Amino acid sequence: MTGKTIYDKIWDAHVAHEAEDGTCLLYIDRHLVHEVTSPQAFEGLRMAGRPVRAPEKTIAVPDHNVPTTLDREEGIKNEESRIQVDALDTNAKEFGINYYPVDDIRQGIVHIVGPEQGWTLPGMTVVCGDSHTATHGAFGALAHGIGTSEVEHVLATQTLIQKKSKNMKVEITGKLSPGVTAKDITLAVIGKTGTAGGTGYVIEYCGEAIRDLSMEGRMTVCNMAIEGGARAGLIAPDETTFEYVKGRPHAPKGAQWEAALNWWKTLYTDDDAVFDKVVTLKGEDIAPVVTWGTSPEDVLPITSVVPSPEDFTGGKVDAARRSLEYMGLKPGTPLSEVAIDAVFIGSCTNGRIEDLRAAAEIVKGKKIAEGVRGMVVPGSGLVRAQAEEEGLAEIFEAAGFEWRLAGCSMCLAMNPDQLAPGERCASTSNRNFEGRQGFKGRTHLMSPAMAAAAAINGKLTDVREVM
Amino acid sequence: MDKFTTLTGIAAPLPLINVDTDMIIPKQFLKTIKRSGLGVNLFDEMRYDSDGNEVEDFVLNKPAYREAKILVSGDNFGCGSSREHAPWAIKDFGISCVIAPSFADIFFNNCFKNGILPIALPQEDVDKLMDDAERGSNAVITVDLDSQTITGPDGGEISFEVDAFKKHCLLNGLDDIGLTLEKVASIDTFEAQAAQSRPWV
Repeated sequence: MTGKTIYDKIWDAHVAHEAEDGTCLLYIDRHLVHEVTSPQAFEGLRMAGRPVRAPEKTIAVPDHNVPTTLDREEGIKNEESRIQVDALDTNAKEFGINYYPVDDIRQGIVHIVGPEQGWTLPGMTVVCGDSHTATHGAFGALAHGIGTSEVEHVLATQTLIQKKSKNMKVEITGKLSPGVTAKDITLAVIGKTGTAGGTGYVIEYCGEAIRDLSMEGRMTVCNMAIEGGARAGLIAPDETTFEYVKGRPHAPKGAQWEAALNWWKTLYTDDDAVFDKVVTLKGEDIAPVVTWGTSPEDVLPITSVVPSPEDFTGGKVDAARRSLEYMGLKPGTPLSEVAIDAVFIGSCTNGRIEDLRAAAEIVKGKKIAEGVRGMVVPGSGLVRAQAEEEGLAEIFEAAGFEWRLAGCSMCLAMNPDQLAPGERCASTSNRNFEGRQGFKGRTHLMSPAMAAAAAINGKLTDVREVM
Repeated sequence: MDKFTTLTGIAAPLPLINVDTDMIIPKQFLKTIKRSGLGVNLFDEMRYDSDGNEVEDFVLNKPAYREAKILVSGDNFGCGSSREHAPWAIKDFGISCVIAPSFADIFFNNCFKNGILPIALPQEDVDKLMDDAERGSNAVITVDLDSQTITGPDGGEISFEVDAFKKHCLLNGLDDIGLTLEKVASIDTFEAQAAQSRPWV
């Protein structure tokens, strides 16, 4: 018998029912909920007279719609946004689920709050009506996004109807060079495999460069597994994981901690396990990267030039032409000469303390370039408090950045934080789709350090030149 | 849920790869707490200019395609966000079938929950249907889920694959939650065992 991957092991431990055709009911350990993809699901429960099956395993927090300006305690001015947040408030109370309201210091982006509070643990199944649920895979959990119908299904049954995905291994060997971060790894992988390269698979990220990452870095890598098309991305838990989890409010304690640890230590891929697809990158070959187009696969080292549509084949020729027109870029232009209007540091991809430290290190003692608007949005109220304690907030404010409250902010611009048409943004978020950060807004994805460097120089910048 | 058995209607061509869910329904329309009424904003930022006027050459604004029931598009259709607002908008517009060489995982699943049939076909079959769709109001295609066949305007047939369980649910308009609750004893048993073996969860 061949060995199992970590995905196989977690899957096997959660099958509550299996039909003859392989369709399974997968038991869900943690269900995270936010205000945008849940109102219709709660309404469905209400109409059918169904309760939430496991309210103690369900955690809700508003993040997408909430303003991040300091005046938000006066209430949300946009009526539709306010109704959606109010609906979550009502639903959380009515169905008795765990809840962090807007004015709670623990409020923040759902994928930052879950790990921070110890809700996310190794070996768990975690779902949320949000594609970036893949983030939680960093703990060696099987975590993925679901639609609203599935949110309702999980609320009602604590299970999901699933068929198993295939196994894919993404190995990053060796060490990263200075200036290269987890964000560069995850973008470089998508640049290599394409946005559909992971479709039908669960990815296990492994290799020395992954092992060397902090939990924050691992979350950044797994966060963007969905951008590569994968159902989920995960990393086997190790001492780094256990160290992060230990002592968190909802992590097991005492004898239960020991029991949990014993099981978590079995969650690795057996030596003789077989992957259906393998991708390998050398850590030392990865450079600081940026995106140039409107798909997360449009990735190039910052030292490159804007490509030409003719560099591609098939449907990508027209797609690249459309992207370049949308982005207002001419083929052959060095990426490091592309001037920017705005900088956004935050999101579930890069809104954790380590990300803010990396950005602060670059901007310390410097000023944002004239005419550039800079915004730092911590991923949670606790990240914000810690950054203030460490003096990072002062560094950002002295440099000319706006220091905001926690939320999804300009990552998807469902709130007042948006780009104006034609504005170009150096962003630490996860999607550069057309209109993502505002109607006709132009997004370049990159690491926090690269975004900070761009803010200082007023153009896309190789962070290695300012380190 | 609406049943899907056979569908005969005009197919609209959207020859783009990586059509993402932000294109299908931009973020400003996710603030609704209802499932209905999103059809008017389907492909909003491609369909309307910044003053809210229709963009004439966008496919769904052309007279021939305003009543389209089928959409033919490129690789990796529906990539990006998990927003079910994307299939809600497609369905509300009147489209119940999307044909493409490949789909993003979450979008693909979301379609089946809303009476929409996503069909993945080899590129050459999609190219053929894209050519058919370019013929405008003459591009009437029939999709028969039971026999798993697509009949083009010239009578040519293409067969397609679909998961047997998903097919059964679509043909009969079955509610997933109702089906799962029939197996509630299995869930109870699993939960009780897990509470013993992994009490910290």
